[in-house]
Formats: sequence, C-alpha cells, structure tokens
Amino acid sequence: MLSAGPTPRVSLDTWEFVIAAENGTEHRWSWQELMALPQETPMVDIHCVTHWSKLGTTWQGVSLDTLLDGVDTGAHFALAHSYGGYTTNLPLDDLRGGRAWVAHTFDGAPLAPEHGGPARLLVPHLYFWKSAKWVRGIRLKTMDEPGFWETAGYHDYGDPWREQRYQGD
Amino acid sequence: MATGTPARAPIRWQVARLVERRVETPSAQTLVLEVPDWPGHLPGQHVDVRLTAPDGYQAARSYSIAGPVVDGPGGPCIEVTVQRVHDGEVSPYLIDVYGAGEPVEIRGPLGGWFIWRPEETAPVQLVGGGSGIVPLMAMIRARRATGSKVPFRLLYSVRTPDDVIYGDELRRRARDDFGLDVAYVYTREAPEGWRGEPHRIGLADVNTHGWPPDLEPLTYVCGPTGFVETVADLLVGLGHPSRRVKTERFGPTG
Ligand SMILES: Cc1cc2nc3c(=O)[nH]c(=O)nc-3n(C[C@H](O)[C@H](O)[C@H](O)COP(=O)(O)OP(=O)(O)OC[C@H]3O[C@@H](n4cnc5c(N)ncnc54)[C@H](O)[C@@H]3O)c2cc1C
Repeated sequence: MLSAGPTPRVSLDTWEFVIAAENGTEHRWSWQELMALPQETPMVDIHCVTHWSKLGTTWQGVSLDTLLDGVDTGAHFALAHSYGGYTTNLPLDDLRGGRAWVAHTFDGAPLAPEHGGPARLLVPHLYFWKSAKWVRGIRLKTMDEPGFWETAGYHDYGDPWREQRYQGD
Repeated sequence: MATGTPARAPIRWQVARLVERRVETPSAQTLVLEVPDWPGHLPGQHVDVRLTAPDGYQAARSYSIAGPVVDGPGGPCIEVTVQRVHDGEVSPYLIDVYGAGEPVEIRGPLGGWFIWRPEETAPVQLVGGGSGIVPLMAMIRARRATGSKVPFRLLYSVRTPDDVIYGDELRRRARDDFGLDVAYVYTREAPEGWRGEPHRIGLADVNTHGWPPDLEPLTYVCGPTGFVETVADLLVGLGHPSRRVKTERFGPTG
C-alpha cells in the first residue's frame, strides 16, 4: 500500500529530476542525463509501514551523493516531491553517505509505475513511504516541513528499528 | 464518533477483548472488540492488530474499522471485519482460533487520508473489491448515523453472491437510506436473474454506476492492490482528477 490515489503515469520524454537548494538554485537532470551518471546496484532490505519487510532486494540507480555533489547547500532538511503531488520530508543527512538513491530498476527490470516508476527515491534505512514513489525532485530546506504522509499521521523520521510508524512514536 | 484531525500524540498499544463475533460469509467474520480507552475515529480509518506468540514472536496487521463506536456490555467497542487469506499468518488466527474474552493488542485510529468527513458536501462514489468493502461500509454507516444527505453510490465487486459481506444490511440500506445506491459486479458467479455474465470490473461498470466528473464527486477505492490499480486508472481515464480519487490498497506492495 502507501499509495493514496491513482498511480501517476510519467513519460520518460518529459521526466526530469530537480534538486532545488534553499537559495533557489536549481539542478536538473533529464532521463538521459540521469542514465549517463555513474550507476550503483544496492542490495537492501526494505520495510513497509504496513508490517511487511522484503529482504535482499536488488535495485539500480544513482546515489544521492552523486546528485548532491555539485549542490551548494547548508540546509539540514529535504522535502522530496513526486509526480502526482506527494511529498515526504527527511533530514538531508539521511540522503548522504551511500544510503539513498534515485532508483529506476528493480530486480533487473524497469521499475513499474505501481511501484513508483519511472524512478523512486530509495532510502532503505527508513520506512518505505520515505522512499518517495514517482520522485520528481528534492527541495532543500533550512527548516523541517512535514510532507503529505506525515501530515496524514505518519512519523517525521520513520526509523523501522524503533518502529516509528506514526506521529508520536 | 469523534470528528477532527487525527491525533498527534502517541497512539499506544492497548488491550482489547473480543466480546462477539458475527459470521458475514464463509470466509469473513466481524469481530466486536471492547476497547476501554477509545478516542473515537473517522470513517475510513484503521487499527493495527498485534498478536504475540508464547515465545515472544509478534505479528501485526492493519484492519479497517467497520463502523461507528458501538456500546458493549463493558464499555465502548469497535468492529473490524476480517477476510481469511489462505495461508495467511494473522487472518486465519483471528477467524478460527481467537476466542471470546481473549485479549489482543490494538492501536489506533490510524490513517489520515482515506477518510470521509460527514461534513463533506460532495457526492460520494465508493468502489470496493472483496474485503475492501469494510472502510466503505464505515462511511455508509456514518452517513446514516450523522444524518448526512450527501448522495452515495457503492459499486461492490465480489466473486460470487456468497462472498458479499454485509449483504443483508446493504439490501436494507439500499431501500431505507435515502440517496444510497448499491450495485454489484460478480467476477466468477452471478446470482440468478442478474443481467450479464460474470466479469472483472471494467470501464462500463465504473461509468454506469459512478458519478460523472462534472459533479466533482469524492471517490474512494479499496480492495486488493490489483483491483485498486485497475479502478483508479479507469477513473482517471474517465476524467476524474487524481486528487479526488482516494485509494486504500490491502495487498502487500510497496
Ligand atoms: C490499511 C489497511 C486496511 C486493511 N483492512 C482490512 C480489513 O478491513 N479486512 C481484511 O480482511 N483485511 C484488511 N487488510 C489486509 C490485512 O492487513 C492483512 O494483509 C490480511 O488480513 C492478510 O494478513 P495475513 O497475516 O492473514 O496474511 P499474510 O501472512 O500477511 O500473507 C499470506 C499470503 O497472502 C498474501 N496476501 C496478503 N494480504 C492479502 C490480501 N489482502 N489479499 C490477498 N492476498 C494477500 C501475501 O502476499 C502472502 O502471500 C488491510 C490492510 C491495510 C494495509
């Protein structure tokens, strides 16, 4: 679950990924540009808030370290936003250090729309709603701002090992 | 039933007890759970139910709340309706093993998006598949309980006539709840006298039994993941804006 409405269909011709720094500077990648960046194949365990986990899943994508490399920022928070209008907030540090990717391939096949394709955020050390499906960009923020899921009652951080599912956990 | 926004304070696990069970279909039962400390909920919200084995192993699953709070012998109760998933870990236990008077841990109410607020004025379209009827029934029951005059349409997909959960109540409400329409789609076996062949829900069903986008309805779709994907795509294809189509997927996908 953790899709709140119809699955958005996004064409690769118009797809883009945008990182907007807190000073307004934008960094954009088209699909071709994303695919031309160094690719990684993380094998990770994922944890859904609806009480299931999937161990040893294989993905392919671009590390957020690569994407954030040329971005000048002093921000501490990130708000990921998606085609379809969803948003989710997370600390910027959680997107660094080889722990987060923009993923486009799952178990060797292009990521299906209902699983967040063409590309989703992959932040496996947090609950899976933080791994924004249909991701379109990230806004860097000096102040934390709850996203769509968090406004609907989900936890601001979402650590599966501390079972941080809902606000107040 | 409380109105207002979902609580931000911690939602704690608490012990509930089974006071009654009702057989709805050969594979689905309603459990009436006494919850001494219940803060109220909105139609569409769910609870998490947690089981603990003697060796400490725990399993938790989400179940939609089926209707308004009801009074039990020992205090407020909520109702959930559980459909048996073959080979499932939790649902067969709740249906076949869990006994009257026994404790179970629950927490809730949970979910702040797939909810219908009785003060809403838009016409409502409900599309349910199988046990996906449960949160939709909560909305139908709340509509009547709060005296809402908003027109409701329910389109309910089931395998066979025997699989209709809340069948008698839906028949009665379709007659007595003014402004509620109920239609069915049968996927495997239709009742005698039903026009048409059994089939999976399609564009014609959604078009015939739904509100046109011009009326700006609020639509709620709930059921197994594949069912929800299909129906939500059809609704978008018919011109309903995505933000007016709220979905709850019961199956296990990320
Ligand atoms: C928000 C929410 C509300 C829900 N409300 C209800 C409700 O009101 N009534 C209800 O009966 N269920 C509801 N569910 C589904 C419920 O949480 C469980 O997933 C379901 O009872 C199966 O659990 P299990 O432990 O028996 O099966 P598991 O041991 O989890 O699964 C066994 C096998 O069945 C598959 N499976 C899991 N769930 C389903 C399913 N729903 N349909 C078909 N196959 C499945 C699994 O992939 C697995 O292969 C809801 C789910 C969510 C996310």
